[in-house]
Amino acid sequence: MSKPHRLSTGGRFIDRTKRIHFSFDGKQLTGFAGDTVASAVHANGQRVFGRSFKYHRPRGVIGLGSEEMNALVGVGDGVRHEPNLRATQVELHEGLIAVSQNRWPSLKFDVGAINSHVSRFIPGGFYYKTFMWPQALWKHVYEPIIRRAAGLGKAPEGRDPDTYENIHVHCDVLVIGAGVAGLAAAEAAAATGAKVIIADENPRFGGLADISGGTIEGQALPDWASVKASMLADAGNVHVLNRTTVVGHWHHNFVMLFERVADHDPALLAAGVPRHRLWKVRAGQVILATGSIERPIAFANNDRPGVMLASAARGMVERYGVSPGSSGIVFTNNDDAYQTAIVLKDAGVGVRVVDSRSRAEGALPNKAREMGIAVDTGSVISAVNTSWGGLNITDVKVASYRKGQGRVIKEAKVACDFVAMSGGWNPALHLWCHNGGKIRFDDTLQTFRPDRHADAIRAVGAANGTFVLSNILEEAYAAGSAAAKAVKPEATSIAVSVPTAVQADEKPLEPIWFAPATGKYNEGNKHFIDYQNDVTAADLELAQREGYESVEHTKRYTTFGMATDQGKTSNLNGLGILSEATGKTIPEIGVTTFRPPYTPFSFGSVAGPLTKNLFLPIRRTAIYQWHLDQGAVWEPVGQWRRAYTYPKAGEDKHASIDREILCVRNKVGLLDASTLGKIEIKGPDAAEFLDRMYTNMFSTLKVGKCRYGLMMNELGFLSDDGVTVRLGDDHFLMHTTSGGADRIAAWLEEWLQTEWTHYRVFVTPVTEQWSQFAIAGPRARDVLAKLEPSFDISHEALPHMSFVEGKLGPYPIRLFRISFSGELSYEVATPSNFGLGLWKDILAAGAEFGLEAYGTEALHVLRAEKGYIVVGDETDGTTTPVDVGLDGLVSKKKADFIGKRSLEQSYLKGPDRKQLVGLLTEDPNDVLPDGAYAVRHVKDKPPMEMIGQVTSSYKSPTLGRSIAMALIQNGRSRMGETLSFPLPGGKVIRAKITDTVFYDKEGAKLNV
Amino acid sequence: MLIVKCPVCGAEGDETDFHAGGQAHVRRPATSDPSSVTDEEQRDYLFIRHNPKGLHFERWRCDRGCGKWFHAARDTVTMEFKAYYGITELPPADLIAQAKGPWAEYFANRLKAETKV
Repeated sequence: MSKPHRLSTGGRFIDRTKRIHFSFDGKQLTGFAGDTVASAVHANGQRVFGRSFKYHRPRGVIGLGSEEMNALVGVGDGVRHEPNLRATQVELHEGLIAVSQNRWPSLKFDVGAINSHVSRFIPGGFYYKTFMWPQALWKHVYEPIIRRAAGLGKAPEGRDPDTYENIHVHCDVLVIGAGVAGLAAAEAAAATGAKVIIADENPRFGGLADISGGTIEGQALPDWASVKASMLADAGNVHVLNRTTVVGHWHHNFVMLFERVADHDPALLAAGVPRHRLWKVRAGQVILATGSIERPIAFANNDRPGVMLASAARGMVERYGVSPGSSGIVFTNNDDAYQTAIVLKDAGVGVRVVDSRSRAEGALPNKAREMGIAVDTGSVISAVNTSWGGLNITDVKVASYRKGQGRVIKEAKVACDFVAMSGGWNPALHLWCHNGGKIRFDDTLQTFRPDRHADAIRAVGAANGTFVLSNILEEAYAAGSAAAKAVKPEATSIAVSVPTAVQADEKPLEPIWFAPATGKYNEGNKHFIDYQNDVTAADLELAQREGYESVEHTKRYTTFGMATDQGKTSNLNGLGILSEATGKTIPEIGVTTFRPPYTPFSFGSVAGPLTKNLFLPIRRTAIYQWHLDQGAVWEPVGQWRRAYTYPKAGEDKHASIDREILCVRNKVGLLDASTLGKIEIKGPDAAEFLDRMYTNMFSTLKVGKCRYGLMMNELGFLSDDGVTVRLGDDHFLMHTTSGGADRIAAWLEEWLQTEWTHYRVFVTPVTEQWSQFAIAGPRARDVLAKLEPSFDISHEALPHMSFVEGKLGPYPIRLFRISFSGELSYEVATPSNFGLGLWKDILAAGAEFGLEAYGTEALHVLRAEKGYIVVGDETDGTTTPVDVGLDGLVSKKKADFIGKRSLEQSYLKGPDRKQLVGLLTEDPNDVLPDGAYAVRHVKDKPPMEMIGQVTSSYKSPTLGRSIAMALIQNGRSRMGETLSFPLPGGKVIRAKITDTVFYDKEGAKLNV
Repeated sequence: MLIVKCPVCGAEGDETDFHAGGQAHVRRPATSDPSSVTDEEQRDYLFIRHNPKGLHFERWRCDRGCGKWFHAARDTVTMEFKAYYGITELPPADLIAQAKGPWAEYFANRLKAETKV
């Protein structure tokens, strides 16, 4: 049998004067400008494009455009490699590098093809059934093997060198698809002056017009389409987008368009044009003109390379001047596919029609017969025979058939090397269904059509199940005007008259969901339904027998319709098989859900320009540059960057953290605490409001004093903590955790606006307005004194937990005597613009007392030594104030505050709650890992009963040993008990339960 | 992606510019009489939410706009917003008439209380 080849004439899309060089699997080939990878590789005599997903059967091109599910290729080299592209859509350009996928070691010979011979042992649901046991084998044996065998293409490694864009656009009318219907609708909408966008996934507008036959106003369809396309391109109010796939439709007509801007032309990429662009369109009205997709027929071995859709065979000849082979069979149940036979005959390719209907008397079948094409009605293909390995078709068997017949009675061998099949056409309903559009089954077309939709969207043309050309035009022009009118009722309409069209009449199709096979069913005879996921008719029937009655369950069990093509060609055939297996009608079976995207689109286009520095904004304090200059190690805290520690030359992180801690304990340290959340709360009802928000009382706080407060959510769980200061009778300043500032401000606002709406209170976040530093350590007062305070800083005048507003030298400041280290400590706040100046002056003033800057890790160790909790470390969102031992801060007097009533619920008062305790390891050098589990009994291997977990754990240079805090079941009643913490690798750390305060239990160092 | 409109500042935008705040008109029992809240009442307040097919009353916040909370009535099938109204207000009378479940009871009580005053 001869191979596919370039015909000597024909090919509307190609330019035979421009030869293009490209490679496929390392082989240097040539094609013409206008070719796709699929047509060019075919023209070079190569039909096999890859191996199938599960059985590793050789596969070739089946479709003409985005419906292609077999011929997936990887395109491009190195970091520009893009896997899983449909060869039918990849436009050829000079130097293009394409590789086939899912084959090892080569396309011609693939070791995985053994799966096809053992397929009796890998039926539907195989993965679920087999790889369940033993569990240990899953991770190291089964999963890697399955992934290697079943994977599609490989993702590129390394950073993507190209740029991508996002764009947000509003339009009055969005027309999806630029075939005859789309062009007509866009023309009508644009005539009203409405702002129109028309998008089509193909490089050229016109859809399938060029292979549909017929004329409009005497013009051939492709000519009519190109006139309309250029008219729209010239219109000022129309934006035309080619190479742009509408990938999804969401509520309120939010539509995402994926434009492949530069993939087809490396020169554009080199010029800096974005590779892809993602359009986020909000459309007043959407017109769905997505056309239809031809459906395959389920016959035995309908996946052999050379079996393709009738439209694909026709397109290959007419668009690219490529013959699918030297002689073929058109297998159909409808009149439309006869056009393929006619086109093939015209091109000099041998062809014969096998029609499953008992009669074929339409205009096209009659024309075919007149041309001398043999037509076998009442017949099906019952077998496809190939040379060894399934690479080349040698012949098919044609059997007589009557509707519903389950097995072959009489058959004859017919030599051929390709098959063009057509089971009818399905409206492309994906976008209609993405957002809840309803569909209904049409008995004449034997397919689903659009029904109702809650959004302003209307389907026209083949997408609406309208296949007669004159009806398409009428419907599309009407929809275009109506859509524009709906958005702009005042628009003056220029009537666009509907042109007259002529097209061959077609007789109705007869559905054929399953063509009986030669020999025993399912022994080497695979009737593929979902090619991409290798799901056969037998798999679907098996799922039925095994009790998967719901079509959604069958889908998941067999993976039918779940591949990247989202069931474009497989959906209805699968339902047809299930219908015959169950005796239910297709509408009774129901449909599975179509999900976005229509075709896969790139992550690059989703990210757009928001990569690298633009990925997430970084918040910097006024001291950021100083930290940077000191070589600080950074810690991300929310969006903030905080200095973790400041290693000096020759120091590692541990050494510098220890130095910083001891400096605070023995001398004095300086911390940039500017990220701390700061919220001003002002108004006559501010005090009462805070009493509602905090667990403890704030209305009794005296002006000029500070109080530590706890906040719960309504469930009774801790959500934030911090010190709040009373600046005046009606004025408070609340401190929150660094990460909690925005959340708590929003939280306060929510209660003010929604529950206690009569409170006269303003909540103003002021975090960024202030730079705030902690001066902590025994010499802190000495440092402060050097800074020329305008107020008395003696212990008597300014005791622990008090506040003063004044000046330090030239700087206006607020000073809080509060401590998160357990040392004598002042937090000084100054307007941010003065921050760096004050910071440097403090450093200078403190030099003689040994003052050094310390970072967030030293801060954490210092607070842990004192047993101070961090919300988010010691708490996990299910921790109450009682659990962490702070029940003393939960007011008994206040009638109501957020979370109070929930703390009384039985489930928070039960026994065995985890309580916060301290831990001292038996070996003082052992540092427990954060999150390590305490177990009731140590066993050789998990599972072991867990009774709690470590919440904070550090090496304390102050104490010369490790310390930790943990939440342990009934921890407070187990003081002195020793717990075991088994670690991965077998080591068990033993630690004694203690009080949480490890250092200065009396708090003597605070009150000096 | 829904289009939401703030009745306070008039800003209209994608739902990502707003913050969805869940079911509206949930009464917080502890606000009025904290001493008599039963475990069941508190449980219902915390966890029990109405999830109807059709008319839904919900809370939204104008996140990237004025920052105000407001109420919206939305059809959960068609996704159509039927009304936007203030956070302390009741929905328009025609929607009150259509309200079902806990909302019907809540609106009736509120209307009764208002007529007494």
